Amino acid sequence: MESGKNFIVGIFDDESVLLSAVKKVRGSDVKIHECYTPYPVHGLDDELGYKRSRISIAAFMFGITGTCLAFLMMIYMMGIDWPMIIGGKDYVAIPSFVPVGFEVTVLLSALGMVGTFFVISNLKPYGKPRIYDIRSTDDKHVMAIDLAKNKKSTDELSSILKDSGAVEINEKKF
Amino acid sequence: MAEEQFQFTAKAKKRLSILAVVGVVLLILGIFSASSNSHHADEASHGEGTEQVAESHGEEAHAGEEHAAEEGHGYHWSKRIFANLWINNMYFVGLALLGVFFVAIQYVSQAGWSAALIRIPMSFGNWLPIGGILTLLIFWFGGHDIFHWTHEYLYDVNDPRYDAIIAGKEGYLNTPFFLVRMVIYFVVWFLMFRWIRKKSLEEDLNGSSKYYYKLRGISAGFIVFFAVTSSTSAWDWILSIDTHWFSTMFGWYVFASWWVTALAAITLITVILKEQGYLKIVNIGVLHDLGKFVFAFSIFWTYIWFSQFMLIYYSNIPEETVYFIERLSSDHYSIVFFVNLILNFFFPFLVFMPRDSKRHTVFLKIVTIIVLIGHWFDFYLMITPGVLKENGGFGLLEIGMAMIFGVAFLFVALTGLSKYPLVAKNHPMIKEAEHHHVF
Repeated sequence: MESGKNFIVGIFDDESVLLSAVKKVRGSDVKIHECYTPYPVHGLDDELGYKRSRISIAAFMFGITGTCLAFLMMIYMMGIDWPMIIGGKDYVAIPSFVPVGFEVTVLLSALGMVGTFFVISNLKPYGKPRIYDIRSTDDKHVMAIDLAKNKKSTDELSSILKDSGAVEINEKKF
Repeated sequence: MAEEQFQFTAKAKKRLSILAVVGVVLLILGIFSASSNSHHADEASHGEGTEQVAESHGEEAHAGEEHAAEEGHGYHWSKRIFANLWINNMYFVGLALLGVFFVAIQYVSQAGWSAALIRIPMSFGNWLPIGGILTLLIFWFGGHDIFHWTHEYLYDVNDPRYDAIIAGKEGYLNTPFFLVRMVIYFVVWFLMFRWIRKKSLEEDLNGSSKYYYKLRGISAGFIVFFAVTSSTSAWDWILSIDTHWFSTMFGWYVFASWWVTALAAITLITVILKEQGYLKIVNIGVLHDLGKFVFAFSIFWTYIWFSQFMLIYYSNIPEETVYFIERLSSDHYSIVFFVNLILNFFFPFLVFMPRDSKRHTVFLKIVTIIVLIGHWFDFYLMITPGVLKENGGFGLLEIGMAMIFGVAFLFVALTGLSKYPLVAKNHPMIKEAEHHHVF
């Protein structure tokens, strides 16, 4: 296997141990790659120092694209391609385009958000999701540390993890 | 926790009084200009030429008055005063009523986040008896000016002015029944508000969860009564001005407008009190939620507004479209029509869309003030075209009257607020409000 990234993976039994471990590990100048938990752990984002997700910006961009596309489509169809008088209105009767415009806005912003989420989570087709430990989908909490992004050696990192309460420490290569 | 009590200081009272005096001066100036302009318009119709009108009044309202003078309809400037009294009265009665509704909703849904600020919307209800008396008085003296359907001759088959459509609505729209409904609304609203306030204050002294369950029961009753009367009162007091026209959305439309107004007022007062050092217990998460409420219900109002407009626009039935034609193809109202949409939809929608703007008091204050002004224009647009036709205007008279009403409302609400502790300290959800955290 081609040498990719090296990770050191700590396995935790309990969410409260994980929370205090995150604090300890970050306190000793170690960059944590990511934590994987079977269910959302309250306060973990804060401990990991995550900034707020910017997905809302993506949602806005997709939404505004949807609005523009919908109006362009209807203006082209009703005004240029096949003009029809409906109910005595103008060809381009903007108020009657609003409901469709709204729907397309919602559709594109929802699909766009899901798409964005898939891409940033590496869930794209033919993308290989990295599974650090399959038990993180069951009953274990997993903390992954990228060796390349830390100056400490594997042994040092292992002992930090062990001190902070990891029940098992593995190495993982992708 | 120390007992927190709002002090309605002499300084604050003085400031409000100055505002009220300014309002009175503006109102008198407005009345003077409206009445003198009205005389000029009469002269103009006798062939004096239109320059005089334009000179005395600027761009404001002269075309309409000329028009009225030509047609010879009995427009008198005093009608404009009654129209304004009615606009402000409806606006502030709604504010008072929806304040109580906010309290009721919080109890029924067992909301925790709002427990610390529940006394602020509760204080709005103090306006209800005054609003009720004003509604009765304005109807008594200005009923014929505001409501076309109150004229007896419309129902008399032998009279040339007989109106078959209005006569057909006589079963509901007749003065005795109208008055009975009005009294029932106000009495029940006020008594339920008193009951809620009484139990909430008893909870402060005795502190037992039985008050909480009692309040939940009363609130549920209030909401049931409100669900019906918020619609019927909107038909009675606002929809019936345009007697021939009707819209099944109208009750909801007025409710939406009242509700977002009340939410904006609650937010604004909470933010201002917090800045003055009160309400330490109210954290940024609660303000954020209030901001979300204003944001969400601005969109809700727009949704209702658009649903009403869209269906009428699309089906294109003359008896329905006349309502919007009166407003859109008029020199005065078409501007207000779009201003209404900009202030009440585009502005709060775009400013409150990012998360951070709902967590900064500056933005909260700006948006809520704009929304409060915007919904005044919403009521202006609902009432004025029906009452004054093309003679309506916007000037010092409107500004002065709104200021007087606003100051009076604040005086009553803040006096009420200063009479009991600012925070319901024995509210079972108070700890939840203290630790309220939103993302």
